[in-house]
Amino acid sequence: MRSEARVPVSLREQEGGWLRAAFETVRREWLIAFRNRQDLINPLVFFVLIVSLFPLGVSPEPEFLRQAGPGIIWVAALLSILLSLNLLFRNDYADGHLEQWVLSPQPLALLALARVAAVWVTTVLPLVLLVPVLGVMLHLTPAIGLVLVLTLLAGTPVLVLVGAIGAALTVSLRGSGVLLVLIMTPFYVPVLIFGTGAVTAAVEGASIIGHLALLGAMLSLAVVLAPLAIAGALRISVSNG
Amino acid sequence: MWQWFHKLGSPKWFFGIAGRLMPWLGWSALIVLTVGVVWGLLFAPADYQQGDSYRIIFIHVPSAYLGQSLYVAMAVAGVVGLVWRMKMADTFIASATAVGAAMTFLALLTGAVWGKPTWGTWWVWDARLTSMLLLLFLYLGVMALRGAMEDPDVRARASAILVIVGVVNIPIIKYSVEWWNTLHQPATIKVTEAPSMPASMWVPLLICLLGFHLLVAWLILWRMRNDILLRERRARWVRAWVLAQ
Repeated sequence: MRSEARVPVSLREQEGGWLRAAFETVRREWLIAFRNRQDLINPLVFFVLIVSLFPLGVSPEPEFLRQAGPGIIWVAALLSILLSLNLLFRNDYADGHLEQWVLSPQPLALLALARVAAVWVTTVLPLVLLVPVLGVMLHLTPAIGLVLVLTLLAGTPVLVLVGAIGAALTVSLRGSGVLLVLIMTPFYVPVLIFGTGAVTAAVEGASIIGHLALLGAMLSLAVVLAPLAIAGALRISVSNG
Repeated sequence: MWQWFHKLGSPKWFFGIAGRLMPWLGWSALIVLTVGVVWGLLFAPADYQQGDSYRIIFIHVPSAYLGQSLYVAMAVAGVVGLVWRMKMADTFIASATAVGAAMTFLALLTGAVWGKPTWGTWWVWDARLTSMLLLLFLYLGVMALRGAMEDPDVRARASAILVIVGVVNIPIIKYSVEWWNTLHQPATIKVTEAPSMPASMWVPLLICLLGFHLLVAWLILWRMRNDILLRERRARWVRAWVLAQ
């Protein structure tokens, strides 16, 4: 249960500094994540389920799967991230932890960034690590599978950062799962295009450096700007309650 | 200047001035649109390649233009609303969202109708079509968020943030989609270049563009006045105004 995890000392006291606050935020997130293992496993199962629907629903031909596989994996990862982001701030909002965040002397944007980083490591990284297995099931060659993993490593942090803005905006609303998907999906299109574009380029034997560089550019932009928007959105949502 | 800016924040003042402006806007929109559409559909010369089918441009280009620029206008209103806490900014966002979504939808619809004779298909996954579709989704997202929120103050600030995040992303979305696939002809009217079509075609197009602007201004003011009446329904001046009708 959430309430078991103690509220970090640094949020309550002035001393410790922002670095300590960020560290404590990450630590708390990990403690909670490993105490609620089911919440960690659900997005993974969802991810594998969605991917396995395509051979069943469209065609199990290796030729088709080789061509569509990277796109299927990207879309499934995107949906599974959106689904798990719905819970990102939910429990913290319910138990009043977010209010402590807003009241604390530490910069809210930094706490949000630490939270997003922790969530990426606990829920998205396992998903990326599953991709080689799914790649084998979709008849991707090992080289293509590796490129796919690289693009996911560069692209999924952007998805989490941008999606967290929507999660922060909708945290005070009831049943906002579909709403979050509706609001955030258009923002995911550039990442999807360059992520799958890199794989297509690799299949055709072209260089993938350009695509990865663009994904990296989006990541740096998101790391700088998204925490500010998340902080603004959290302040609005907390003032609502 | 600042006094004028402060007045803009007052619903009562805005309601009055919008009410005085609306007949002018409405009638001039009607006249200009009639002139532009009749000129464009009946008297402008046919295209040497596309024949008469190109004439849908007189609806397509103005609606596409307004669909895009209204989102930017909403983002400007979002910044004004967040910085100065101006009530009218949120009223503008509330009113412009539906109008912008309608314009974007009209652009997509006329584009599909135009695409059938020209490209031989209703829809292609072309860059400009796709980015307009995504713009429509952005509008629908703003509408969905606003629909889910009840507290007017929270709704105002949340949708301002969403619109600002959207406007930062629009260039990224646009260029990524453009890089992804393009078939569409380049933009018809560019400010920086001489038009590639003869004057007998672009003059009615400009008139239609002006007419659409007037129409959209009229529509938005109309919706804003309704929104003000709803929000300020407990104010004394609203009761007096309604009773006087």
